[in-house]
Amino acid sequence: MRKLADIGLNEMQVEMADLASRFCTEKSPIEQVRALLNDKQGYSESVWSEIVALGLTGIAVSSEFGGSGLGLAEVAPVVEHMGRTLMAGPYSDTILAAHIINSVASEDQKQSYLPQICAGRTCALGLSEPHGDWGLGKITTQASPSKSGYVLSGEKRLVSFADAADFILVTVVQDGVPALVILDRKDIPGAALRRENIIDETVRSYSLNLNGLTINTDALMVSTHMPDALNALHLAANLLNAAVMVGGTKAVLDLTIDYANTRIQFGRPIGAYQAVKHPLVDAWIGYEKARALLYSAAHSFSTEAEIAVRMARVKAETAFAFAADRAIQFHGATGFTHDCDAGLYRRRALYCASRYGDAAYQKHKLANLLFS
Amino acid sequence: MTKPTKQELKEYTADADAWFSEHTPRDVGFMLPLTFMEVGTDQQFDFLRAWQRKQYEAGYLGAHWPKEYGGGGLHPKFQAVASTVMQKHNVPITLNAIGTNWAGPLLLDIGSEAHKKKYIKGILSAEDIWCQGFSEPDNGSDLGGLKLRAERDGNNYILNGSKIWTTLGAHAKYMILLARSDPDPKSKYAGMSFILTPMDAPGISTKKIKKITGEHGFTQTFFENANIPADGLVGAEGQGWRVAMQLLEYERGARAGQAGGIIMQTPDAFAIVDLARSAIRDGKPAIDDPVLRDKLVDFIIEIHAQNLNQIRAKIPGLNSEHPAGLMLMNKLVFSEQAREISQFAMTLLGENSAWYVDETNAPDGGLWARSYLNAFSATIGGGTSEIQHNILAEHVLGLPKDNIRVDA
Repeated sequence: MRKLADIGLNEMQVEMADLASRFCTEKSPIEQVRALLNDKQGYSESVWSEIVALGLTGIAVSSEFGGSGLGLAEVAPVVEHMGRTLMAGPYSDTILAAHIINSVASEDQKQSYLPQICAGRTCALGLSEPHGDWGLGKITTQASPSKSGYVLSGEKRLVSFADAADFILVTVVQDGVPALVILDRKDIPGAALRRENIIDETVRSYSLNLNGLTINTDALMVSTHMPDALNALHLAANLLNAAVMVGGTKAVLDLTIDYANTRIQFGRPIGAYQAVKHPLVDAWIGYEKARALLYSAAHSFSTEAEIAVRMARVKAETAFAFAADRAIQFHGATGFTHDCDAGLYRRRALYCASRYGDAAYQKHKLANLLFS
Repeated sequence: MTKPTKQELKEYTADADAWFSEHTPRDVGFMLPLTFMEVGTDQQFDFLRAWQRKQYEAGYLGAHWPKEYGGGGLHPKFQAVASTVMQKHNVPITLNAIGTNWAGPLLLDIGSEAHKKKYIKGILSAEDIWCQGFSEPDNGSDLGGLKLRAERDGNNYILNGSKIWTTLGAHAKYMILLARSDPDPKSKYAGMSFILTPMDAPGISTKKIKKITGEHGFTQTFFENANIPADGLVGAEGQGWRVAMQLLEYERGARAGQAGGIIMQTPDAFAIVDLARSAIRDGKPAIDDPVLRDKLVDFIIEIHAQNLNQIRAKIPGLNSEHPAGLMLMNKLVFSEQAREISQFAMTLLGENSAWYVDETNAPDGGLWARSYLNAFSATIGGGTSEIQHNILAEHVLGLPKDNIRVDA
C-alpha cells in the first residue's frame, strides 16, 4: 500500500488546544455570536486584544520578528476551537498573510509588517476575483508602473473583515508574473469597499475595487518562487479552513445530541428512535475521521503536506455538511427558524465549502496526485 | 511488573519488525480472509492455523499473558508494540480470535485457576480452536431471548437446544456457550449461565451451513441431552448475562487484555486502483473516468482516516472526547467499507463480474465477487451494523436506549 501521511501531536499543540478551548468557550458563547450578527465590525475589539495578548497572532511568526517561532501545526488547534464556538474575526487571514509575507517579502518588508502583525495589527486577504477560479495563480488584477510607483486595476472579492483591517494583502500580476501588494487600509477610499451579503452572517465580507489605486514601490512584494508560495498559501488556507470545519462539526453534533436527548415525542426522547440515532452515529464517525485527517495534515504540514491537507479538507467539508444538515432536520420546525443555532452552523459550513476549492475540486487534485 | 524503558521497547520493536519482515506470508496463491468469520476452505484454515502457531512460538501473541499458563510474561506494552508492528506489515489475521481476543482475556480475568491451566496455551497456539454459542435460530440480535437449556445434574449440565451461525463450528474443540440454566427466571436477562463446552461431548453435533458464497464456513450446532462437566461454568450459575456482556466488551475492543494480533484486516483501497487501471471503458482505462476517480479517492480517504483513528486512539491529547469510541467504531466502519469496496470492484470489472469462482474466465479467480458476498459476514456477524449503530449511539454519544430492547 502506498505510504500516506502519519499522525502525531506535539506538546505545544496540546497546550494551544487547551488554551484555545478555554478561551473560546469563555469569550464566544452562543449569545455573543448572535449579538455580533448585527454588529458592523463582526467581532469584538476587546476579545481581539486578548487574542493578541495571549500571543496567538504570532504563533507562526519567527522570534526575530516578535513571534513565537512555531508553525501552522500549532495554529490548527486554535482555529479548530474558534470554529467550534463560531468565533469570527480576522485571525486566520492575518495568520495566513504573515505566513506568505514571511516566505516572499524582502527583509525590509518583513521588518516592517511582521512585528506589527504579532502586535495585533490585522491583515485581510484579497485573493478571490470575479472569475471565481479557486486556483490562486489565476490573477487578472494588474499592477502597472506609474510615476510614484504602481497603479492597480481589477477587483477582489470575498475579502473578509476588510473594512476593519489595518492592512489588505492582494495578489496582482506585475510585469507578467504574480506578485503581492500590501495596502494600508487608510489609503483605500471608502467607496472602493462594498460590503457583500454572504451566507455566513458571522463573517464580514467585501468586494474591493482596486481600479486607479496607486501604491509606492515598497508595497510590492516580488519573489522568484511566488508561484510555489501561492501554492503553499493555498494549502495553508485549506488546512485552516479544514480546522474551522472540524470544530464546527463537533459543535453542531453536540447541539443536535442535546436536543435529541431532551425533545420528547410519542413519549420518548427523539434520540431513542433509530431514524434519528443512526444518522447521528454516522455524523459522529464522519467527525472523528475528519479530525484524524486534520491532525495528520497539521502534523505533516512542514514536510509533505499536499495530499494530507486536501484529504482533510474533503472530509471536513463532507462531515460538517452532513452534521449541520441533519442538525436542521432533527430540530424539526424549530430547525427551520432563524433562531435555531443549527442554521448558524449550516450557513458556516456552506461558506467554508465555498472557499479555496470544494471537496470535488480537492478530489480531482488528489486523483492526479495519487494515480499519476 | 516494571514498565519497560524506551530503549527496551525500541529494541523489541526492531526485533519484531525484523521478524515480521522476514516471516509475513506474501502472495500465498489463494485468497486470505479479512476476518476469521470469512474462513471458508480447509486450505485457508490450515494456513491460518500454522501462521498463528508460528507467531505464538516467536513470542508475538500473548506476550503479556502470564508465563505459567503459556504466555510470554512480559509487560503489556510489549504486546502493544508487537500488534502495531503486525498492523504495519498487514499480516494475515489470527484464526483463533474467539479464543485469543475474547475467551482468553475473560478466563484470565474471571476464570478459575483450572480454566487458565487447561485452556490458555491451546488458545494461543491455535491447537484448540474456539467457537461461540450465542445466537440461536430464533434469537440473533435479541440475544436475551435465547432458549438453549442447561439443566444441572450433579457435577454435570445436560444441554438441550440449538445454536446457529457457529463460525469454525466444524473445527472447534471448545465453545463458549450462553445457556438458560433457570427455566423460570425473574427477568429476561436473569437465569443464564456461561459455560465452557467441549464440542466432542456426546449429544453435540454440527451441521455445516452453506454460505451465500457457496462455501461451508459455519455450522448449526445441536445439543441433544448433551452431558458436559459443570466445571466449565464461568462466573456463578445464573450470572451468565453479566459474563457474556464482559465478553462482548473484549469483542468490541472496549476492554483490554486481548492476546494481540490482527483480527480484522484493513481493506486495501489501492487494490481497486489497480483494477481501475486495467479496466477499459470506451477504449480508455477506467481510471481516466472523472466519476470513477472521484469515487476511488473517496475510498482512499475513508480508509486512511480510519487507519489514522487507530493510531490516534493511542495518543493522549489526540484521542478525542471518546477514546473508547475510536475503537468501538472499528467493526462498523471497516466491515461496511470492505463491503462497499468489493461491491465497487465488481462494477469496475464490468462484463467480467458475471463470472464466479472456479470459472477459468473469472479475473483473480473470482476474488472480488467472493469478497463482496463474504463481506456480509462482518456486517452481520458479531452484532449487525444496525446494532453497532445502537451501541455507538448509546454508549458513546449518550443517546437514550432503544425501548424495544427493554424487558417486556
